[in-house]
Amino acid sequence: MSVLIVGASAAGLSTLEALRRQGYQDPITVLGAETYLPYDRPPLSKQYLCGDWDELRTRLRPEEMLAKLDANFVLGDPAAALDVNRRVVSTESGRELSADSIVIATGLRARRLPGQEGLAGVHVLRTLGDADALRRDLTDSPRVVVVGDGVLGAEIAATARKLGCAVTMAGPQAAPLESQFGTIVSGLLADLHTAEGVELRLGTAVSGLTSATGRVTGVQLANGEVLPADVVVVALGATPATEWLNDSGLTLDNGIVCDAQCRAAEGIYAAGDVARWQHDGLDALLRLENRTNATEQAACVAANILGENRSYTPIPYFWTDQFATKIQVHGIPTANAEIVVAEGALDERRFVTHYRRDGRTVAVLGWNMPKQTRLHREHLVHG
Amino acid sequence: MKVIVDQDKCVASGQCVTAAMDVFDQRDEDGIVVLLTENPPESLAADVHQAAAVCPALAIVVED
Repeated sequence: MSVLIVGASAAGLSTLEALRRQGYQDPITVLGAETYLPYDRPPLSKQYLCGDWDELRTRLRPEEMLAKLDANFVLGDPAAALDVNRRVVSTESGRELSADSIVIATGLRARRLPGQEGLAGVHVLRTLGDADALRRDLTDSPRVVVVGDGVLGAEIAATARKLGCAVTMAGPQAAPLESQFGTIVSGLLADLHTAEGVELRLGTAVSGLTSATGRVTGVQLANGEVLPADVVVVALGATPATEWLNDSGLTLDNGIVCDAQCRAAEGIYAAGDVARWQHDGLDALLRLENRTNATEQAACVAANILGENRSYTPIPYFWTDQFATKIQVHGIPTANAEIVVAEGALDERRFVTHYRRDGRTVAVLGWNMPKQTRLHREHLVHG
Repeated sequence: MKVIVDQDKCVASGQCVTAAMDVFDQRDEDGIVVLLTENPPESLAADVHQAAAVCPALAIVVED
């Protein structure tokens, strides 16, 4: 028996580790599009971007631990096509890799604004290379406009502020993360950014970029206003990296559609950001873009490769650190939920809130109370 | 078995406590990991390895 893991980031490496931990001793190949050894992405918008961490510290595992996993790493060669029946992946360089089981963990690709290709001073942040390029451009305290009012945009705005840049955040929501957190908590987030010196120009969609001689000069809003910028960071979310599967016959619909056991086809599995699977607890197709999902889903996939028939029914979890504030979220909060403060107080900027809908707690959000928030997780019920 | 935690890498998710509550705890004030015992008994080995595997910051190293 053999396993091929397509994707050498958190979900791919976690699958490899889980297979070995569960006693699998046969050959495993890990195919990665990037040339770097597996690294972690959450620090890219924080510790790595601000320069506190070097590249080595972003590595998911030290080299000697990787070596012990006894896998064949093929890096710097993106997957180009999948033959589902023969279970063969061909790569851009012309390799053909076959295996009895294939795990697809190719992650996401950052969305871009039309017209940003080739324009100096415009960035996305998804890879270590992206972070290096942005880091270089954030020296000398430029005027930065972050296009995007989600988790990544808010974290980048905070880090750029910390580096001494003049920072403006633009996006369609009235406050950062409003569609997830609702008006009360996202309002506190807006207050936090304002207090730290970020200028919020939210509530208006971004329509494009302005430029002169190949370099960005500003961000144009839908109302015609232009926000001047030396550097623009586009953080408008990401799309599943599935283009290479277009002719594979797998069902692609906002990710690779999988059954409850994370199977896309016989012998083919998906894990991490790219996988959209049937969550039996919520009775819905779900795709999660968060760090803990990469590890947990990988463990489930590994178990199923080894003959178990485990349904994947996690309680989603993510965290975000912005300035000195730590936010932890268990479950899936929505803006239309009722918010009940269960511990601490909003005024003290230290609290745990329950998000309640139809008489049930659907999410727990903590603000500067990580431990206490975890203890409230038990209030979440599925089904 | 020796357990090493990196409090600078820790993101306060508390996944380790869920996996092995006799070995890990979190600080009340900021949720950062606290190691309760550096040399846990072998009977907890599976839980400790699970904690290291699920840590989203890879802040736990176990030396057998």
